[in-house]
Amino acid sequence: MLAFILRRLAQAVLVLLSVAFIAFMLFQYVGDPVTNILGQDATPQQRQQLRADLGLDRPFPLQFARFVVNAAQGEFGLSLRQGRKVSSLIAERLPATLELAAVAAVLALAIGIPAGVYAAIRRGSVGSQAMMVLSLLGVSLPNFLIGILLILEFAVVLKWLPSFGRGEVVALGPWTTGLLTVDGLKHLILPAITLSVFQLTLILRLVRSEMLEVLRADYIKFARARGLPTRAIYFGHALKNTLVPVITITGLQLGTLIAFAIITETVFQWPGMGLLFIQAVQFADIPVMAAYLCLIALIFVIINLIVDLLYFVVDPRLRIEKAAGAH
Amino acid sequence: MRLKTLALAAALTTAFGASHAVTLRVADVGDVQSMDPHSLNETLQIAFDASMYEPLIGRDKKMGLVPLLATKWTQTSPTVWRFDLRKGVQFHDGTPFTADDVVFSFKRAADPAGDMRGYTSSMKDVRKLDAHTVEVETLTPNPILPDVLTNVPVMSKVWCEANKAEKPVDRRKGVENTASFKANGTGPFRLKERNPSTRTVLVRNFNYWDKVESNVDEVVFTPIGNDATRVAALLSGEIDLMQPVPLQDIERVRSSGSFTVLQGPELRTIFLGMDQKRDELLFSSVKGKNPFKDKRVRQAFYQAIDIEAIKSRVMRGASTPTGLMAAPGVRGFPAELNKRLPYDVDAAKKLLADAGYGSGFEVSLNCPNDRYVNDAAICQAVAANLARIGVKINLQTETKVSYFPKILRRDTSFYLLGWTPSTVDSHDVLSALIATPDDKGQGTFNLGAYSNPKIDELAAKIQSETDDTKRNALIREAFKLHQDDVGHIPLHQQALAWGFSNKVSLAQLPDNRMFFKWITLKTR
Repeated sequence: MLAFILRRLAQAVLVLLSVAFIAFMLFQYVGDPVTNILGQDATPQQRQQLRADLGLDRPFPLQFARFVVNAAQGEFGLSLRQGRKVSSLIAERLPATLELAAVAAVLALAIGIPAGVYAAIRRGSVGSQAMMVLSLLGVSLPNFLIGILLILEFAVVLKWLPSFGRGEVVALGPWTTGLLTVDGLKHLILPAITLSVFQLTLILRLVRSEMLEVLRADYIKFARARGLPTRAIYFGHALKNTLVPVITITGLQLGTLIAFAIITETVFQWPGMGLLFIQAVQFADIPVMAAYLCLIALIFVIINLIVDLLYFVVDPRLRIEKAAGAH
Repeated sequence: MRLKTLALAAALTTAFGASHAVTLRVADVGDVQSMDPHSLNETLQIAFDASMYEPLIGRDKKMGLVPLLATKWTQTSPTVWRFDLRKGVQFHDGTPFTADDVVFSFKRAADPAGDMRGYTSSMKDVRKLDAHTVEVETLTPNPILPDVLTNVPVMSKVWCEANKAEKPVDRRKGVENTASFKANGTGPFRLKERNPSTRTVLVRNFNYWDKVESNVDEVVFTPIGNDATRVAALLSGEIDLMQPVPLQDIERVRSSGSFTVLQGPELRTIFLGMDQKRDELLFSSVKGKNPFKDKRVRQAFYQAIDIEAIKSRVMRGASTPTGLMAAPGVRGFPAELNKRLPYDVDAAKKLLADAGYGSGFEVSLNCPNDRYVNDAAICQAVAANLARIGVKINLQTETKVSYFPKILRRDTSFYLLGWTPSTVDSHDVLSALIATPDDKGQGTFNLGAYSNPKIDELAAKIQSETDDTKRNALIREAFKLHQDDVGHIPLHQQALAWGFSNKVSLAQLPDNRMFFKWITLKTR
């Protein structure tokens, strides 16, 4: 088990290095922030000087090496746009994104799994058909459109919910949360729904098809034949066996939720990391972009690791094979 | 916790003391980058920080100069300006404002770490004569120093030293600076809360030295980057005032009845420039010669552009076509010269044929797509216009962060640019856009290297001419020469569009600076 985790961590470092490498190659093409920083009244000499001071005129391998050495020490430098430490910028934004992604994930799971089970059990019923049609909409409508439509309906027309921002937040040490105030919760509703719609429908459809598959299996027939209660068959045996692929997909999707919160965050002006990244791209704020990409890669790696560990919990066969292979 | 308590307090005040807390909620497409008034030379930041930090001299609603921290300014010799400072002014922390603060601030603004050096580069020395008088000696006679100083806010020397903020934040060294997120000025508003990219809250400074027109007690500023969300936030009543209103939404905001969209011409002039220096264009089908060196070709391009169609279709009416490189409102603007060459496709074709390009040619046009209002669409329209006279345009649009480094390297044959003279003076236009580029700071944005030695001479004279009438005559002459040469192709001034609830009354300035001190909010 420990060896497995260590091996995974070593792979993680490799993944991070390659992400950083690719990111830096891209940075050669995003342009440079010098005109943004210096404004129109600077002389060409001042621009050249700044470029040199920021190390932007150095060859790509040197810039990359410097970045890796600093990043290994947790040092990403100052944001070129805001003149503040990248690490503190990200630390400020991280709670907003994680909270949004977590609430969206809970929504997606809490609605998606039961709905998927229902759609499988009541296959062909009106409710289940309607659900499938709706889920098709959810998968195919682009995220930003859903966000804008929700804003239009619930903020502009009905005026029930706020259209932007995070509202009132409570600080718990370095962490800020909007979950503890009514205002914060109100602000969370629309973005969380927007972000969860795709995942929700994905989970719904996945659970449904897996469940249909499992329900055809012999052991379910035997269980029925033995006269086990329906509830025990569906939730004790069938659902448990559909969960392995669901966990894989949900785990990976949680990473996507965090990474692709960018669009939802842009639409709702949600002060998270995605918004920070978009603003950084528009300014060619290279330190922020690099730190963000590395962090997202790290999150993906960690989530993957957790997913792999969860397999052991859910699927006893894996544990046996491992034990067998140990001697 | 603090946020919650504050919000609670605010809620209680609204509930019990109705007439007291007047809160103005403002949204802009971008955030103010820093609270440090010397750190970044950008319109939004200069205007926002001006509510907290004041310069010696300000502008009134008609862009005229008015005394702020200086009560009087006189030129004691051609290279020396003397400023009498206002007495009895206090910074927000209670320390009195004196000549030391001015000397300190001008030196701070000139620090290489900051980006306001352009405004102080003409200064040779700043001297304190007594506690309330300073003298600025300039390298050469500088008649527009007071105009320039409207962009240099004054900070407290004591406060900056106590907070280790003697210099603007230096991105190169990677050390943060207190002044980036705290503020202590003399202005009508104080900084209460700073949450970068989320919300910045200002409150009224009731110790302000002057009466303030505004009845606003508190300003809550929020950046909302997405156009649709910003419009929705206004329409749903979550904000009172925002800018810019996207062109396609102006009608919608207006038609709702409870909102106003105020549109005024901005000082920024959008124009096209052509490479007139290289002997062969970098990006063109014409080899061995440069067609843009021929005035007839430049004029043909000019007359082929249907500026009224660009105004009505691309800009939805929100532009003012111009025949000059400077906008009305810029000091020295020669109104009588503001006439465009007529739009005339046949004349353009003939000019092109006379120049020897009867069958047309190909050339690339470089264009930003996220810098000016509908910039890429303007270029598409220009390309379509030029196709009618047989010129095939290879249009290259890209984001500003890659566009500006490219055109500043002069890797372009034909480009679109916009310019607001930061001093609101014609000399800035002449020296940055029109004068022959040299290594002394002339023609830094004359990217096609248009050159007319007579204009260079005039620009030098204008810089040190102190008599307004003579100076205006020189400016007029220079613009006339440039017009006759068709040195650039001016297009239009884009319109500002501020959207606000009918409760708000305000003053809009053509330099797009929003001053909270001129905004009042109707309360029931």
